[in-house]
Amino acid sequence: MMPLTHSEDVVASALVSDGVDTRHGPVLYMEDVSVSFDGFKALNHLSLYINDGELRCVIGPNGAGKTTLMDVITGKTRPDSGTVFFGQTIDLLELDEPAIAQAGICRKFQKPSVFDALTVFENLELALKTDKRTWSTLFHKLNQQQRHRIHEVLTTIGLSSLINQPAGILSHGQKQWLEIGMLLMQEPKVMLVDEPIAGMTHQEIERTAELLLSLQGKHSLVVVEHDMEFVRSIARKVTVLHEGSVLTEGTMDEVQNDPRVIQVYLGG
Amino acid sequence: MPSLIFRTHLKTSPTRFKSTPFRLANSGVFKRLPRFIFSLMLAVSLPSLAQSPSDFNQALDLLRQGSIQDREAAIEQLAIEPQSLNLLQALQDGKLFELKAEAKLVIAQESNAGYQLSDALSSAALGEVDRSAVSKINLNNKLRGNLRKLIGQLQLNANDADVRLTAVKAISKEADNKVLALLRQRLSIETAPTVKQAIEQILLLQDMDSADKAVRIDAINQLKSHDSQDVVNRLQAMTEQNSDGEFQEADSDIRNLAAAALSNIQARIQAYAAIETVFFGLSLGAVLVLSAIGLAITFGVMGIINMAHGELMMLGAYSTYVMQQLLPNHLGLALIISIPVAFLVSALVGVAIERGIIRFLYGRPLETLLATFGVSLFLQQTVRSIFSPLNRSVATPSWLSGSWQINDFLSLTWNRFYILVFCLLVFTALLQILKRTKLGLEVRAVAQNRGMARAMGIPTAKVDAMTFGLGSGIAGVAGVALSQITNVGPNLGQAYIVDSFMVVVFGGVGNLFGTLVAGFTLGIANKFLEPYAGAVLAKILVLVFIILFIQKRPRGLFPQKGRAAEA
Amino acid sequence: MMANLDKSYSSVLSLLLIVTLGIPLCNLLFPADSALHFSAYSVSLIGKYLCFALLGLSLDMVWGYAGILVLGQGAFFALGGYAMGMYLMRQIGSRGVYGDALLPDFMVFLNWKQLPWYWHGFEHFGFALLMVVLVPGVLAFVFGWLAFRSRVTGVYLSIITQALTYALLLAFFRNEMGFGGNNGLTDFKDILGFNIQSEAVRSVLLLASGASLIAALLLCRWIVNSKLGRVVTAIRDQESRVRFLGYRVELFKLWVFVFSAMLAGVAGALYVPQVGIINPSEFSPLNSLEIVIWVAVGGRGTLYGAIIGAVLVNYAKTVLTGLMPEIWLFSLGAVFVLVTLLLPDGIVGLLKRQRQTLAAKTGLKTGVASA
Repeated sequence: MMPLTHSEDVVASALVSDGVDTRHGPVLYMEDVSVSFDGFKALNHLSLYINDGELRCVIGPNGAGKTTLMDVITGKTRPDSGTVFFGQTIDLLELDEPAIAQAGICRKFQKPSVFDALTVFENLELALKTDKRTWSTLFHKLNQQQRHRIHEVLTTIGLSSLINQPAGILSHGQKQWLEIGMLLMQEPKVMLVDEPIAGMTHQEIERTAELLLSLQGKHSLVVVEHDMEFVRSIARKVTVLHEGSVLTEGTMDEVQNDPRVIQVYLGG
Repeated sequence: MPSLIFRTHLKTSPTRFKSTPFRLANSGVFKRLPRFIFSLMLAVSLPSLAQSPSDFNQALDLLRQGSIQDREAAIEQLAIEPQSLNLLQALQDGKLFELKAEAKLVIAQESNAGYQLSDALSSAALGEVDRSAVSKINLNNKLRGNLRKLIGQLQLNANDADVRLTAVKAISKEADNKVLALLRQRLSIETAPTVKQAIEQILLLQDMDSADKAVRIDAINQLKSHDSQDVVNRLQAMTEQNSDGEFQEADSDIRNLAAAALSNIQARIQAYAAIETVFFGLSLGAVLVLSAIGLAITFGVMGIINMAHGELMMLGAYSTYVMQQLLPNHLGLALIISIPVAFLVSALVGVAIERGIIRFLYGRPLETLLATFGVSLFLQQTVRSIFSPLNRSVATPSWLSGSWQINDFLSLTWNRFYILVFCLLVFTALLQILKRTKLGLEVRAVAQNRGMARAMGIPTAKVDAMTFGLGSGIAGVAGVALSQITNVGPNLGQAYIVDSFMVVVFGGVGNLFGTLVAGFTLGIANKFLEPYAGAVLAKILVLVFIILFIQKRPRGLFPQKGRAAEA
Repeated sequence: MMANLDKSYSSVLSLLLIVTLGIPLCNLLFPADSALHFSAYSVSLIGKYLCFALLGLSLDMVWGYAGILVLGQGAFFALGGYAMGMYLMRQIGSRGVYGDALLPDFMVFLNWKQLPWYWHGFEHFGFALLMVVLVPGVLAFVFGWLAFRSRVTGVYLSIITQALTYALLLAFFRNEMGFGGNNGLTDFKDILGFNIQSEAVRSVLLLASGASLIAALLLCRWIVNSKLGRVVTAIRDQESRVRFLGYRVELFKLWVFVFSAMLAGVAGALYVPQVGIINPSEFSPLNSLEIVIWVAVGGRGTLYGAIIGAVLVNYAKTVLTGLMPEIWLFSLGAVFVLVTLLLPDGIVGLLKRQRQTLAAKTGLKTGVASA
C-alpha cells in the first residue's frame, strides 16, 4: 500500500520527528463513528482508515455524510460515539480545530474560503506554518526562507502574477487554487480537500489533477468530489459513502461495477 | 346611591367611577357590578314594618336637635330601619349636617365653595351651599362606639356577603356580650362560608378568654387553621413575656399549645409568601413574555434584529393613551378598543420600517441593528415632540384595580392577574396564527428556506413584510398591557428592549415556547432574588446570570438543532 | 489605493498635531483678549472631542478590524473615567463641603465611617493611571474570555455587551456601590496639585489628550499592519477558516477586545478632568451606540475615519443641541439610517470612491499602478 520509495526506517524517523507516529499503519484512523442531528444519522458507525501518503477519493450521493466526515476529523463536529486517531497516539476527539490544524491536518472547504480583503501573498502568509500565538504573531517578521517558501507555493499554484492583488478579485477557480496553496503553506500531514474542481475550466481541472497527484506521497490526501471523470483521473482507491457508512471501497473500476453502488446512484 | 360600598371597594378611582356607574354597567363589560349594585339596593331600600313612620321621623328630629343623650336613643331607634344605614355611616364619618334653613338632615361633602349636599336618606343631590348654612351633628366617643356596633349590626344582615364580611370585621373590635349574641344569632343562619368563618373566628377568640381550660384548648385547636392576623396577634401575645419575665399566659399547657398553633400558622404564612412571590414573578414574567414575544417573531423567526422593538411597544402604550383621551367617559372600553388599535398602529409602523429600511439590509444583521436603532431614536423624538417628554398617565379602569384578598396574608392584585391571562391569550393566539393560518405556514417556510419558498411561488417579500408587521403589532399589544403597570413616556421602550432580547436569547432563538418559559423563569427568579438583594441588584444578578448562561449555552434553553442550525 | 489611504492618514495625523500643539501654544503666546487666544470653553470642548476621537478609535479597532460590534464600549470609557474620578475625589481632601479629610462628601452624606477598600490607593496618581487601563482591561478580559471561548458571535455578542453596560449602569446608580450613585463623582479641585479649573491645566489636558490620540493612532496603525492585524481582519471575514489554519481565534479576538477596552479607559480618564464630572449616565446603552455611529459615519476599518467621524458627529451634536435640542435625536436617528443604507463605508469610503471616479475620468490608473 505504501507508495513511498524511501526505506522504512528513514520514513519512520521522519514521521516521529513530526510528532505523528504512523509506523504501525494508518495516518488517520476512524472507528465506529456516529453523528446525529435531531435523529438524523449523518454518520452511522463509520469506520475509515487512511494510510500515510495515500490519495483517497471519497464519493457518495448528497447526504451520504462526506462533509460531516471532514467536520469530525477537523474538530468542527463532535461525534456521539466512536474513536478518531491521528497516527497512533493523537486522539483527535480531545483537540479543537486550531490544535488539529497545528497537529498537521488541514482542510479545503467546499465553498472556497480565502480572505477577500487580504492580498494573495498575505493569504499565504497567514497560512504559513509558524508560531501562531497572539504575541508572536504581533511581532512576526517573515525571514528569507519563509518568503522563499511563499513564492515557491505561488509558483506551484500559478498565482505569482497576482501576488499583490486582493483575493476578492480572483476567479472562482483561482480562489480554489489559492486555498490549496494555503493548505500547502501549512505543510500538513493530511489534507482534506472538499470538491476542489468546482467552478474550474477544463485546463484548470487538469492542472488540479496533476497538482494533487504530485502531492501524494509527501502528504496524505482525502478528496471529496462529485465529478467521476476527475475522480477516475486521480484515484487509486475510492471509498463510497452511503447513509453515513462506508458502502464499499476499491479501485474506481471495482467500485463502478459494484451493483450496490449503481443502486445507490441510480436509485431503485 | 349609597357611596359607602363604593368607597371601600373602589378605593383607587371613586370619583371617576361615580360619574357613570350605570352606563359602565350597561356596557356589559363589568360582569361583577350589576349584581353587586342590585344587592346593595335591596339591602338599603327594603322598608321595614317593625315601627311606624312617625317613630322614625321623631328619631330623626331627636338626632338633629336633641342632647347627646337624646341622640343616643335616637340612633338606637334609627338603627332598627335598614334604610338609615347611609345616614348612620355619614354620622360616623362626620359628614352628617343639619341644613338650618330647612331643619333637615343632610350629608355634606366638602367642595370648593362650601358643601355639596345630598339627602341623608335618599341620597338625592341637593346642590351646593355655603359653610354657614349647615351645622354638624356632633358625637362623643361613647356614641361613636355604639354607632359602629349599630352600623355593623345593620350591615350584618345585608344581602351581600362582602358587606356582611366587612361588618363582621368592623364589629369584632367592639366585641361585647351584645355583639357576641348578635354574631351567634347570625352564625346560625349564615350561609356564606367566608362570613361564617369570620364569625367563628371571633367567637373562638372570645373562647380563649374563657375560664374553662377545655374550652380554651378547643378554641386554640380550632383557630390553628385560621389564616388571620388577629389570631396570630392573639397567639403571639399568649406566648410572650412581659418586662418582668412573666408570661402573659400563666398556664404553660395553653402556652405551649398556643406556640405550636402559632408556628403552624406561620408555616402557612411562609407558604403564602412564596405563593405571592411566584405570582409576582409570573406577572413580571408575563410582562417580559409580552414584550419579548413580538421580538421572538422578528428576531427569532425572521432573524431580524429590530432595536426599535421597544419603541413599537411605546407606540402601543401611547395608542392606549390617545384612545382614553378620545373616550374619556369609557375608560374600560377605550382600553379594550386600544388593543386592536395599538396592534394596527405598531404593525403599520413595523411594515413601514421593513419596507423602507430593513429589506435593503437582509443578511447584514449588524447594519440592521444600527439602522433600526436610528429608527428607535426617531420614534422616541417624534413622541416627545407630539406628547411632550413628560410621562402621560393612562387610567386604570376600576375592574382592573383592587386586589383579590384571599386571606389576611395573601392577596393578589387584579391588574397583574389580568396581565398574566392576557399574556397567555396573546401567546396562544400567536401560536395559532403560526400553526393554523396560511400566513403562518408561509412564515415558517420562508424562515426555513427562503430560496425554496420563493421557488414554490410564495411571495417572500410580502411574507417578510407581513411577518414583521405581525411581530410589530404584537409589540403594540404588549404596549397596551404595559400602559397599565408602568409610566407611559418616550423612554418606555428603552427600559424593555434589553430585557426582551435577553428573554428571546435565553429561551433559544426561533423557539416561541422557549420565550414563554424563559420569560416566566426570569420573572420568578427576579422576584425571588428581590427580597435578598433589592430590586436593582436582583435585576443585575439576572442579567449577569443570562450573560454567563449564554456563554455556556449560546443557543439558549431550547436550541434549534440540525444542520441548518450548524451553518 | 494604498497611496491615497496613506495620504488621508497623514493629513489627519498632521491636523491632529497642529491642534494638539497649536492651541496650547496660541494660549501661551497670545494674551487673553487676542483673537488667537482660545477660550476656556473651546479648549475644553476640543479636548473633549479628542477624547471622543480616541474612544472612536478604540471601537474601530474592535469593530472595524475584528468585526466585533461592541455595544458597550462606553462601559470601558466610563470605568476609565471613574478610575480617574476617584483619584480626583481623593485630591479634594478636606476641602469638601463636609471637610472630611479622608471620605468624599457623598460618603459622609451616606454616614459611612470608613473608606471602602477599593478606594485605597487612588490617592496616588500612578496607581490611578494603572487602574485606568487595568479595570477596563480586566473586565474586557473576563467578559471576552467567557464570550469568545463559547463562540458567542455577531448580534448575540453585541446584545450581551449592551446588557453588560446596562447592568453596570444599574449598578453604578446604587449608592451602596460607593461611587456616588446618581450624582457620580464631581466638584474636583486639582490634579497633581494644580487647579483643575485653571487655563494652563486645561491646555495641558488638551495637549495630553491630543498626544494620547496621536500615540494611539500610531500604535493602532502599527498593530493593524502587523501580522496580528491581518489575522484579525481574516477572523472578521472568515472566522472558521482562520481556526482551521491553526490560530486560536478566541485569543486573537480577546487580545484586540482587551486592547480596545484599555484604549477606551484611557479616553475616559482624559475626558473626566476636562468635563469635571463622571456619573452613571456614561454607562447608558445610548452612549455606546453613539460611539458606533461615529465610527460608522467616519468609515470603519480605517482608523482615521473613526477620528473624523467622532469629531464631526460631536461637532454636529454641539451645534444642534445648542440651536434646537429636539432636532438632535431626529438627526441622530436619521444619520443611523442613512449611513447604514447609503454610506456603508462612511465618509472615508465616499471620498475614496469620488477620488477613484475622478482618477478614472482623468485617465489615471490607480489600482494597478500602485501594485
